[in-house]
Amino acid sequence: MNQPKLNLSPKVSDEVRKTTCYMCACRCGINVHLKEGKVAYIEGNRDHPVNKGVLCAKGSAGIMQHNAPARLRAPLKRVGPRGSGEFEEISWDEAYQIAADWLGPIRESNPEKLAFFTGRDQSQSFTSLWAQAFGTPNYAAHGGFCSVNMAAAGIYTMGGAFWEFGQPDWDHTKLFMLFGVAEDHDSNPIKMGIGKIKGRGARVIGVNPIRTGYNAVADDWVGITPGTDGLFILSMIHCLMKAGKIDLHYLAQYTDAPVLVNNDEKSPEFGLYLRDEDGKQLVMDRVTKKLTPYDQPGVKPDLSATYRAKGVTHRPVFHKMAEMYLSEDYAPEAVAERCGLPANRIRAIASELARVAFEEAFELEHKWTDFRGETHDTMIGRPVSFHAMRGISAHANGFQTCRALHVLQIILGTVEVPGGFRFKPPYPKPATAHPKPHVGMTPGGPLNGPHLGFVHGPDDLALKQDGTPARIDKAFTWENPMSSHGLMHMVISNAHAGDPYKIDTLFMYMANMSWNSSMNTGGVMQMLTDKDENDNYVIRHIIYSDAYSSEMVAYADLILPDTTYLERHDCISLLDRPICEADAAADAIRWPVVEPDRNVKGFQSALCDLGAKLGLPGFVNEDGSQKYADYADYITNHERRPGIGPLAGWRMGANGLQHGRGGPNEGQLDSYIRNGGFFAEHIPDGANYYKPWNRAYQDWAVKLGLYDSPQPYLFSLYVEPMRKFQLAAEGHGDRQPPEHLRERIKATMSPLPIWYETDQQGNEGFTINALTQRPMAMYHSWGSQNAWLRQLHGHNPLYLPTKLMRQHGLSDGDWVRVSSPHGEITVPVMEMASLNENTVWTWNAIGKRKGAWALDKDAPEATKGFLLNHLIHELLPPKADGMRWANSDPITGQAAWFDLKVRIEKSEAPREARPEYPPLKSPVPQAPENLAWKVGK
Amino acid sequence: MTTLPDNTEKKLGLVIDLDTCVGCHACVISCKGWNTENYGAPLSDQDAYGGNPSGTFLNRVHSYEVQPEEGHAQLIHFPKSCLHCEDAPCVTVCPTGASYKRVEDGIVLVNESDCIGCGLCAWACPYGAREMDMEEKVMKKCTLCVDRIYNENLPEVDRIPSCVRTCPAGARHFGDLGDPDSDVSQLVAERGGVDLMPEQGTRPVNKYLPPRPKDTMPEIDVLAPFLEPVVQEPGGFLGWLDKALEKL
Repeated sequence: MNQPKLNLSPKVSDEVRKTTCYMCACRCGINVHLKEGKVAYIEGNRDHPVNKGVLCAKGSAGIMQHNAPARLRAPLKRVGPRGSGEFEEISWDEAYQIAADWLGPIRESNPEKLAFFTGRDQSQSFTSLWAQAFGTPNYAAHGGFCSVNMAAAGIYTMGGAFWEFGQPDWDHTKLFMLFGVAEDHDSNPIKMGIGKIKGRGARVIGVNPIRTGYNAVADDWVGITPGTDGLFILSMIHCLMKAGKIDLHYLAQYTDAPVLVNNDEKSPEFGLYLRDEDGKQLVMDRVTKKLTPYDQPGVKPDLSATYRAKGVTHRPVFHKMAEMYLSEDYAPEAVAERCGLPANRIRAIASELARVAFEEAFELEHKWTDFRGETHDTMIGRPVSFHAMRGISAHANGFQTCRALHVLQIILGTVEVPGGFRFKPPYPKPATAHPKPHVGMTPGGPLNGPHLGFVHGPDDLALKQDGTPARIDKAFTWENPMSSHGLMHMVISNAHAGDPYKIDTLFMYMANMSWNSSMNTGGVMQMLTDKDENDNYVIRHIIYSDAYSSEMVAYADLILPDTTYLERHDCISLLDRPICEADAAADAIRWPVVEPDRNVKGFQSALCDLGAKLGLPGFVNEDGSQKYADYADYITNHERRPGIGPLAGWRMGANGLQHGRGGPNEGQLDSYIRNGGFFAEHIPDGANYYKPWNRAYQDWAVKLGLYDSPQPYLFSLYVEPMRKFQLAAEGHGDRQPPEHLRERIKATMSPLPIWYETDQQGNEGFTINALTQRPMAMYHSWGSQNAWLRQLHGHNPLYLPTKLMRQHGLSDGDWVRVSSPHGEITVPVMEMASLNENTVWTWNAIGKRKGAWALDKDAPEATKGFLLNHLIHELLPPKADGMRWANSDPITGQAAWFDLKVRIEKSEAPREARPEYPPLKSPVPQAPENLAWKVGK
Repeated sequence: MTTLPDNTEKKLGLVIDLDTCVGCHACVISCKGWNTENYGAPLSDQDAYGGNPSGTFLNRVHSYEVQPEEGHAQLIHFPKSCLHCEDAPCVTVCPTGASYKRVEDGIVLVNESDCIGCGLCAWACPYGAREMDMEEKVMKKCTLCVDRIYNENLPEVDRIPSCVRTCPAGARHFGDLGDPDSDVSQLVAERGGVDLMPEQGTRPVNKYLPPRPKDTMPEIDVLAPFLEPVVQEPGGFLGWLDKALEKL
């Protein structure tokens, strides 16, 4: 044979620089290979706690994002009308001067006139600090339309949430059930985990109307009717309780199931916990038969005994649960039709949960001591785990549904135990250990505390003296009392309406509000361009920061161009959303593995400059000079409290470098770079399960600086703050809800999880559920500018189940008019059999506006791609009461975009998908036609 | 015409687990990235930001819906690249000798300097696994990362194809399928790995592990004992609870 001689050991690259991916929110470690100083190849970092070497399609395509023709090149000042895309490039000095001329005066007179909202921001602990220093109460990130129901329900119930804040115990779980998860937090860890447990033969159950991705590989698929997951879960709770397949020991020891609740309907404390003088929850001790604080050493809390004093009977939470969930209203037969599932299927799944949790229980040989001082020789494991995300949370009943799922986990005794669901530091952390919302303004001064937090009753609402909302998004008001992440989706419509008040400047970061990040996209474009009687824009000034030529750029007056993720400093901080694992606390950095070749600046560095120019406290030194030269300087030198900074690794102690607590270390970022861009500190064996109640974990967390004192707590099957809002609605207390909200608060704020049908008024004739999912290879709007990724998802058909295809006489490639009570789109269809028979869906954020993202005007993203957003309004249809109610969860304000109902009709093929919008003028040059990308020889 | 070796010392190839592939395309893009920078000409993209983008990919993921006789339809993700066949028709059809199968490991490669871009090999391949690069006008195909798997500039653990290294679900395995004791051969034996389109007589080296049967959860009759009510009479639950707590 005459084979060519190959060089089998070519040089791979000149240098590898290790940083953190930003192609989605997963924050994997990446090895960036450089040749001749340019980015040549990106792979996963094997040492990294998140991805352990693997990398998804987005991550590997980072080179195309870094070099995307859509990158902005310099600060921009709008010169044409808003929405036209006409800009001129200006200097940073001029950009800062324009911003300071708008922001300086409002800070001195009325700081609430600034609304500062960030989108896919990974620096919220920094951007919120800036907003706090400015003094405006109007700050939040995008959690309100993302998945606040999931976060808030988790934290109120068990001091931690799914999202990326916890994970199944992949090494021990034998049954993994996931609800409403497409490509979601976490991205790679879920894929790695599913691969791992399937390799062991564990069973995966996927609950999702759509059988793609994780649901496609699930052993059992439950194609539930959207919005009914809560009913399905409560029915399984019914089955398990009725059969006694519940972990009574766990419920008694670690939850509020035995905590006594006032049972006197006439009492102003009806439904509240019985507490001692120190505010501690009280239980009956089975041994002493006495009222005892829950945390007393040796207490055996009774799930059954009642307590009567001063004519008032107190019953344990568990009594209330039995009363509620043993009701035949939750029997499988009673819920089956609404859920679209056979009753026997519900029973079969509940049985399997019971079988695995109790028949396959096991013990790990880890000795541990609980918060009451009792030492246990082993850790009991229940190998059933769950994960859930937006599919259950983006409904107007999503908070209660997420709560129901946590209650299911807890009665099975499978949270924070081997084989179950585990928290990642800084969780567990109960709602009471988080801040409350702050809205105290002083013109010219900082806000009186952090913006966002957890309310514990009407007194914590963010209301002005006259009872009107203090925040522009109406977060923490009677309309949505527990809106822990704010309501970014309501900011533009409220600001446009001047309700609750007018603002002057809208300042946004990485949030594509004039396109895929808003409900009612067309309406938002109108609101952003509307003028008042004086020919001024209703929203007077808009400042926007983005790295790319997104649709939102065209709707701003001033653009601060951000860098790509390979050109910037960042910290993925324990003060924010860190990269921890269940077995380790960890944080990470980004650093400029290459320098920008354009006149752009990391947004956080720009905020350091702008903060100094405005003289914001914390951003200037005593002499008025700029405090932080850039974001790297802040990351290194800022201290949130003494000894606690943005990064926990390599801090300066009395005797040299140490982790967790310590002073600033000028070489800290270099230490991170030497360590591959991250820091990880492992939780000792014996401290790594039962964390909320485990002394060894609590002490470790204090030592590391996660909290300043041990914070053991009971899981809240019963959320007492919700009962406090109900009590107010029933007429108790000084702070009273407006009359029109009274009944809704009583009905929805049940302290034990309930299910209710979401508001269907106006939906008559619209009977088909319409959903979106994120493709695994794309993240929000970012993927379409990526030459490699857009070849995977260049346009998005509307997937229809076989039954609807037949019913409407449709074939693949035909077009349909899809209408909702709010709007209409005309789009191409494709048949999909593995789909709930009354649900249609599409990939989200593939559709693009012409002229954006440096795509040609005939790009399929713009001609055939589409958004369902046009069909979803931020308000529900008008009602007989003359009011427009928010299309949001009444508890948290979570945008209810999965409540969408539509009807479809076959349509002639239009020239392009409808609605059509005129092209934007691109602020960046035309993209190259062909790519033959090779760096170096 | 080009001849195939009578046999090869090793049969390096991939084992792809269709039970765990979630269809995320990680392998597709990692392959694109590595092979753009390495063996041969870069994998080009035409009309990259335009109306009809089309580029060279050595590995693609297709998705197929399957309707079993009973039960729900299923979606199978199916990654596909060159299968490095033992009787590779793409090699024997090559008029210049550019296509060849390596004697030492069985990898099928294209020597780009001898490739005239005639496309016969793509026509001969029953799997559609070869792609003409429209910029360079040479035939491109999976190299099994021949420039990684022996590469002494890489740590030993990384001497595997980039698609295998990156796969988040661990659905891709690499090894010597000619050695019955290798991990990949064992996996194929355990899981009943199959050839793709064996009737074509190409004797592919790559193997696919079939999806496990789905939607097989036992009917309630089998599981019913787990949900037997603890008490029959309504209101008896708290009595049961008291007794159950005594036993704790």
